This record gives sequence, C-alpha cells and structure tokens, in this order.
Amino acid sequence: MDERLDELPDPVVTLTGFARALRANGVAADPTRLATAVDALRHVDPLDAEQVYWAGRVTLCAEPDDLPRYDAVFDAWFRGRLPPPPDASGRPATTLRMRPLAADAEADGPDDADETDDPLRTAASAAEVLRHRDLAALTDAERDEVNALVALLAPRVARRRTRRTRPGGRDAVDVARTVRRLLRSGGEPAELLRRAPRVKPRRLVLLLDVSGSMGPYADVLLRFAHAAVRVAPVSTEVFTLGTRLTRITRALRLRDPDQALAAAGAAIPDWSGGTRLGESLQAFLDQWGQRGTARRAVVVLASDGWERGDAALLGEQMARLARLAHAVVWVNPHRGKEGFAPVTTGMRAALPHVDDLVAGHTLAALHELAEVIARA
Amino acid sequence: MLEGMREFESPAALGDALDGAGYLPDRGLATATYLALRMQRPLFLEGDPGVGKTALAQTLATITGAELVRLQCYEGIDASQALYDWDFPRQVLHLRAAGGTADPAELEHSLYDRRFLIARPILQALEHAPSVLLIDEIDRADDEFEAFLLEVLADHAVTIPELGTIRALEPPLVVITSNRTREVHDALKRRCLYHWVAHPEFAREVAIVHRRVPEAAHGLAEQVAAAVARLRTANLLKPPGVAETIDWTRALHLLGVTKLDAETAEATLGAALKYREDLVRVQRELAGLLGG
Repeated sequence: MDERLDELPDPVVTLTGFARALRANGVAADPTRLATAVDALRHVDPLDAEQVYWAGRVTLCAEPDDLPRYDAVFDAWFRGRLPPPPDASGRPATTLRMRPLAADAEADGPDDADETDDPLRTAASAAEVLRHRDLAALTDAERDEVNALVALLAPRVARRRTRRTRPGGRDAVDVARTVRRLLRSGGEPAELLRRAPRVKPRRLVLLLDVSGSMGPYADVLLRFAHAAVRVAPVSTEVFTLGTRLTRITRALRLRDPDQALAAAGAAIPDWSGGTRLGESLQAFLDQWGQRGTARRAVVVLASDGWERGDAALLGEQMARLARLAHAVVWVNPHRGKEGFAPVTTGMRAALPHVDDLVAGHTLAALHELAEVIARA
Repeated sequence: MLEGMREFESPAALGDALDGAGYLPDRGLATATYLALRMQRPLFLEGDPGVGKTALAQTLATITGAELVRLQCYEGIDASQALYDWDFPRQVLHLRAAGGTADPAELEHSLYDRRFLIARPILQALEHAPSVLLIDEIDRADDEFEAFLLEVLADHAVTIPELGTIRALEPPLVVITSNRTREVHDALKRRCLYHWVAHPEFAREVAIVHRRVPEAAHGLAEQVAAAVARLRTANLLKPPGVAETIDWTRALHLLGVTKLDAETAEATLGAALKYREDLVRVQRELAGLLGG
C-alpha cells in the first residue's frame, strides 16, 4: 500500500462532510449518492485532485445547475480556498446572467405618470436592481386565497391525448389483450377488445414578470403559480422574468404555501428590478422552451408589457414561442381597467402572437385565466 | 468487473483506447466512463444535441468488443417495445396445432415458453454478453417509462410474470442520453453516474474533426472549427454542435473545397445551421464569420 495514503484523513469522513456542504448549497448529494461517491473513490487515485474531482462530480451531481455549486464547494473543501459568500448571488443555479442594463435615468412610463399613487404607473426601472423579497408570512386571507386557487384550478387542468392507450373505446383493436383472451378460451375466436388513447395533463408553463411595475400583482400571480404547481406538479413549470430568467418550479413544489413562497422569494434575485422581457424570454426559449418545455404546452406570460429592451426582439421571441407552444396566453393586469388599450411597446410587439389576452389582477380575474387555461 | 469486456487500468488508458477508435474524450468524460465500467453503473449523459453522447456509446462498444444494442426513446414507448413482447400469432398457432390432445396445464405452460418471447432491445442486451445498451434520448419517453428501467438498471434483470426473472449473466454497460427537454426522475438518476457533456474546446474540436474527416484538406478543419466557434457565440436558435462541425467539414471536402471562403460557406451553411432564421442571419454577416 502506498504510504502517502496513511497521511490522508478517512475518505468516508471527508466525503460525508463534503456531501453535507454540497447539500447546504443546494446540490442533490443525498446519502445514496454519497455511498456511490465513496465507492467511486476506491476506483481512482485519491491523490490525484482531478480524478477525485471527477469521481465526486459524476456521483454527487444530478443536473447542470449543480455543477457551478459543486465547483465552488470542491474548491472550498479540498483546495482550502475561501467559500463563496453565502448570499443568493453566490448561487448562479437556475439564474441566467445577463449583461447589466446600461445606466439610464430616463423613466419608461408616460410623462404624465403620477408615480406615487398609482402603482400601475411605476415605470419599468432602468438599472438592474437585485433584491429579494420575504414572502414568508402569509396572512390567513392569503392562505385561503391559495386554497381557493387550488380548488379553482384542480378540475380545470388542460388535457391532451398521448400515444399511450387504455382499454376501452370503440376504434382500435387491442391485439395483445384480444389474443390473450383468445388463448384463455382455448384458441376459439373471442370478443374483440378495444383500446383508446390515454389523456394526460397538458404541460403548463407560467412566465411571471417580477419587475417593479408588476410589483402589486406579482404576489397574487406567485400564489396562482403555487396553486398550479400543487394541482399538477409534474406538468407545470414556473419561471420569473425580469432582468434575468429564474426557474422557481422546484421552490413552488413545497406543499406548504408559506414555505413554497418563501423559497420562491429567496430564489428570485431580480425582484422589482428592471424589465428585459425580450432577453429573458429568449433565455427561456434557448435553455428550456425549444428543447421541449414549451412544446405542446399552454404558456402563460404575465406582464404589463413595459419593455426596457428592444421591443423588436420581444416580438421575434414571441413569434418563436407561438410556433412552439400549443397556446400562448398573455395576462396583463391592466387589462381589467377601464380604458385599457394594449399600447405599451412590448404589448404591441407581442400581441400578434398571443392567442388570448386576459386580466389577472385579482382573484376574480384569475377565474377567467383558469378558464382560458382549461379550454386551451 | 465485466469479464467479457476489455479491462482498462485507469481513466487515461480508457481515454487512449477511445482515442484510438476515433473518439476523443476529455478527462472528465474518460473518468466518468471508466467509473461506469468499473462500478457497473449506468452512465447518464446530458448535453446539447450533437456533442457526441450517442457516438460515445458506439465507440465504447467497439473498443470493448461488445455488441451495441440501441433503444431510441419516443413518447408512448412501453414495455412491449422496450423490454419484451409475446409472439401472439405463434402462440395461437401452437395452441391450434396442439388441439385438444394435450394436458391443459401442460399446454398452458408450453404457451409461455421462452421461444414465444420476442426480446426487445433491453432484454436483448441482457441476454447478449458482452453488450453496451444505449438508451437514447430518454427525455423523449414519458415518465411512466422510467419506472420500467429501474429494475433493469438496479438488478440487470427483467421480470416476466409468466416466465420468471431473466437475469444478465454479465451486466451490460448502460449509457443513457438526454437532451434535457424535461427533468428525468431522480430515482433513475440516482442509480447512474451523471455527466454533463460540454462542447469541446477549440483544439480538441479540431482534433476530433481531423480524426473523423482525415481526408479533408490541411487547414480546413481549423477554419471550420473557428467559424463554428464564432457561430456558437452568435446567439442562434440552434448553435451547431460537434456533429455539425464534422458534417460541414465533410460537405466542404466532398465539394473539393480546400479553403473556406464566403462563396463555399454560403453554399454549405445548411450542414451547420438547421433553422431558416439562423441561416438568414448568418448569411448577412458571412464576411464577419470568416474574418479574423
């Protein structure tokens, strides 16, 4: 045996601590994976940092989002460097880094905007402001609202036919079952059994604008998203758009609304920041949508359409989204107001590619949204 | 240890063997593959389309002398298409031929004999030793299908209610690929070694093209790889992968091109770009693509 190995600490102890540090940073390094990692380490040279790095990476990580976190923790744990600061900016994870907006003092809203009273008029902010919101404490009324939304959505999940079949129907003959029946009756021709396509919940993708101008409505939309994820956890995906794209599906899968919304709030780094709808939407389509998340899905985009970036880019990306998705629903909180016209630059660019434009500023308005989603 | 398969001493030795068969892995991929072989664990490969996930399984089969069994996943794929199916027409014929002569219990038993069982890819891989089982694009299958795989991946066995459990004498090396169009269930991933296959860096990509298209003119591979590297940063709908770099070089070579210029690039761009929007955009900026 190599005597250099005697100086090493027990690899099981080291790896257990390492896996714990990974878990604390959001990597899926559970005990099963830890056991695999310990096993893997027996097959590589434990003194070769690169081999140890790869043995740990292939056993302890489960998705691309884990990789930067793994790198950071590996550096801290094995190379003795300082760990990254534990604030949220140290978790690139589901967040896409985009170049910061150019400093621009000009407000986006109409000139006659009364900025203090009407939250609708709060212009899309110019600078990229990163801030988190504490959504931890729901009032009783808000909790009731979540439950009401769950009840509202539960019977209304849109469905689609799949390639899988179930017994029944009256069209296609189910050869396998028919012959099995025939074998049981000694080879005598028996009744023809049929099969029909199964239906499954249609995928629902919610894209929520969390920029400053959407502030007053973001809470209710997040609660709506949580309800949607609870009703169909497998087939629902939720992202937030702002200056970045953030996937919050995982946070919203927690059953308890308090925990789920707190986790979602912690995951969103660009709360009430600026709006770059076109760019965030492009990030969604590049990383998720085109690969499959948006295909055959009902995509709901909640935004007031105040775009800081290039409205032409938004139009382009909306066209792309419309080609991929089964239906595109735009929720504009202003839609319910009297005298509403879709005049914001973003809204105008997007409108030709939208199947439904609905309001969504109150619980009542969300009834209509649920209806539209179910019909899609 | 897989008895029938060639053994490799270290990740580097495996990397060299793959290299010798025309596949250039980086250190990470070589280590992941080495561990998959040593630990008899499935290898779960994720990455952008065209980075060489499927090609790895094919090359592994070549260098280990194993048979490659490929299962292409699609929506609605089920056990009768992936694991096994009964050959119903032959069963009925057998039953009619036996007539009423045989003992009913005996007859029933003989109906579910191995010879009436059609082995689909997964069962084929278990019964053939040594073999490499490639489960391609698992993200296209639906989540119900993943449940079928759990027993196979954990125990290297398929349980057939009428026949019993068929166990692999020598477990196949399983390679699962995913383009990540949806999240594969953690229960499945946990049984695998996970590796994210990234685009290769420039020098490796040039070496890969040299290996795959050795007949191409000197310098052409470098030019194409440089153009592709620029395309990948051009914010396209579908950035080209290594597969496209190889295709493009091959297309140029077949046309007798020895140096990439605007005219030949425009004529062959379809080998690298697969969306009309991308083509239109790049054709406008073709000079910039080739320059520098």
